[in-house]
Amino acid sequence: MSSVRVLVGTKKGAFILAADGARKKWSVSGPFFAGWEVYHVKGSPVDPSRIYASQTSGWFGQIVQRSDDGGQTWHTPGSRPEELESTDGMPKGESNKFVYDTSAKTGEPLTTHQWYDGTQHPWEFKRVWHFEPSLSDPDTVYAGVEDAALFRTTDGGRTWHEIAGLRGADGAKWQPGAGGMCLHTILLDPTDPKRIFIAISAAGAFRTDDGGRSWKPINRGLKSDYIPDPDAEIGHCVHRIAMHPSRPNVLFMQKHWDIMRSDDAGENWREISGNLPSDFGFPIEVHAHEPDTIYVVPITSDSLHYPPEGKLRVYRNRTGGEDPNAWEGLTKGLPQENCYVNVLRDAMAVDSLEPGGVYFGTTGGQVYASPDGGDTWAPIVRDLPSVLSVEVQTLR
Amino acid sequence: MIRVMLPFHLRTLAGVEGEITLDVPAPVTQGSVLDALEAHHPALCGTIRDHESGKRRPFLRFFACEQDLSHQPPEAPLPEAVAAGREPLLIVGAIAGG
Repeated sequence: MSSVRVLVGTKKGAFILAADGARKKWSVSGPFFAGWEVYHVKGSPVDPSRIYASQTSGWFGQIVQRSDDGGQTWHTPGSRPEELESTDGMPKGESNKFVYDTSAKTGEPLTTHQWYDGTQHPWEFKRVWHFEPSLSDPDTVYAGVEDAALFRTTDGGRTWHEIAGLRGADGAKWQPGAGGMCLHTILLDPTDPKRIFIAISAAGAFRTDDGGRSWKPINRGLKSDYIPDPDAEIGHCVHRIAMHPSRPNVLFMQKHWDIMRSDDAGENWREISGNLPSDFGFPIEVHAHEPDTIYVVPITSDSLHYPPEGKLRVYRNRTGGEDPNAWEGLTKGLPQENCYVNVLRDAMAVDSLEPGGVYFGTTGGQVYASPDGGDTWAPIVRDLPSVLSVEVQTLR
Repeated sequence: MIRVMLPFHLRTLAGVEGEITLDVPAPVTQGSVLDALEAHHPALCGTIRDHESGKRRPFLRFFACEQDLSHQPPEAPLPEAVAAGREPLLIVGAIAGG
């Protein structure tokens, strides 16, 4: 019997929502790491019992949590009681040590990026926004962090090392978006282990084809009126990119404003916003079984972070944007009056059951599920803390 | 034995309740107490002082014997009452906001 596990990160802890394949009756466990901001929780596609969580605090900094039993118990990698008794002596406790690489061999001689006022500012680690577990090894995980950089562990989270070549892609021109200068999206190409796509607010999208040694900006076709040169190669506030694993050259993007599509792995982008009520928003997702079915949640504007007209609507386009006016508003089960929540960039996910499910969480603490690809929605929970991220594990 | 009181969230993280007691060889300093604390509770590494610089995180304070020791150098001896175990070293989250 198939089942799903929804991993929810919130402003005040993490929660796990579980159901069988019907996705009607849910159990809720948590809060885990109560009182801490949990930016992201994600399971390994190789070993679903292995889950990583980013736990952060303005007081105490970054913590990396790992579960080896599907979220029932957690530990900071390298500090379990049995590891304390290791013959190697006391562990160093480096699972939360994210240090930018400035070495001559691998690190770029780069120590500053652009600050809000246009001056240069030193790189300072603040938190992990996103974990992306490897498609082939549960001990290998990529971490997107603020200030924007990409880190990787190959030992299950005990130690982290920067993939420093990324900052060599004009890092001095990167600047923070309103939410900070964060690397929030990591897409691994299932057909080519050396190809990775990432996105940064506010720098843009980047791609490596050599396993992270070198990176190129992939932002041709984006236009952003909030930067001096609207067509610049660097500086776009990309909110999210998405890919269907069966078609990794086709990318979809929710930019600050504008929904975009690329058919050549990001080399060129074209706008597909069409008939949306607003093309501002944060998440974008692709249906698990239909590579041309995409979902966004329109938000009024960059000044008004809530749905247009107070109506919470997911929009679906079943042509992959080929017909940009084919967006349909999905409203059944969603509040259609007095709704002023936001849906953040990492707070939407899909399952791979049949029919495919769609999930999202709001800053108002609701997590909505649709077991039928968006046709109907129901809240799994209504009163969690503000939701930062939603991921789904399909368990078979 | 040196007594250390952690803030709520760090007690949870370290999996301890109440005060922690540590065997710290003389001279007992802020630095040597934190070294011992992190060695016994590696999950606390990086949460009280920065991994690289070793500096106290800005929103944490160190108090003992009704004194603010936050700005004492790490190698400065802690008060004799702390070294003798009569008083705890208090690690406190700074109050920010209301």
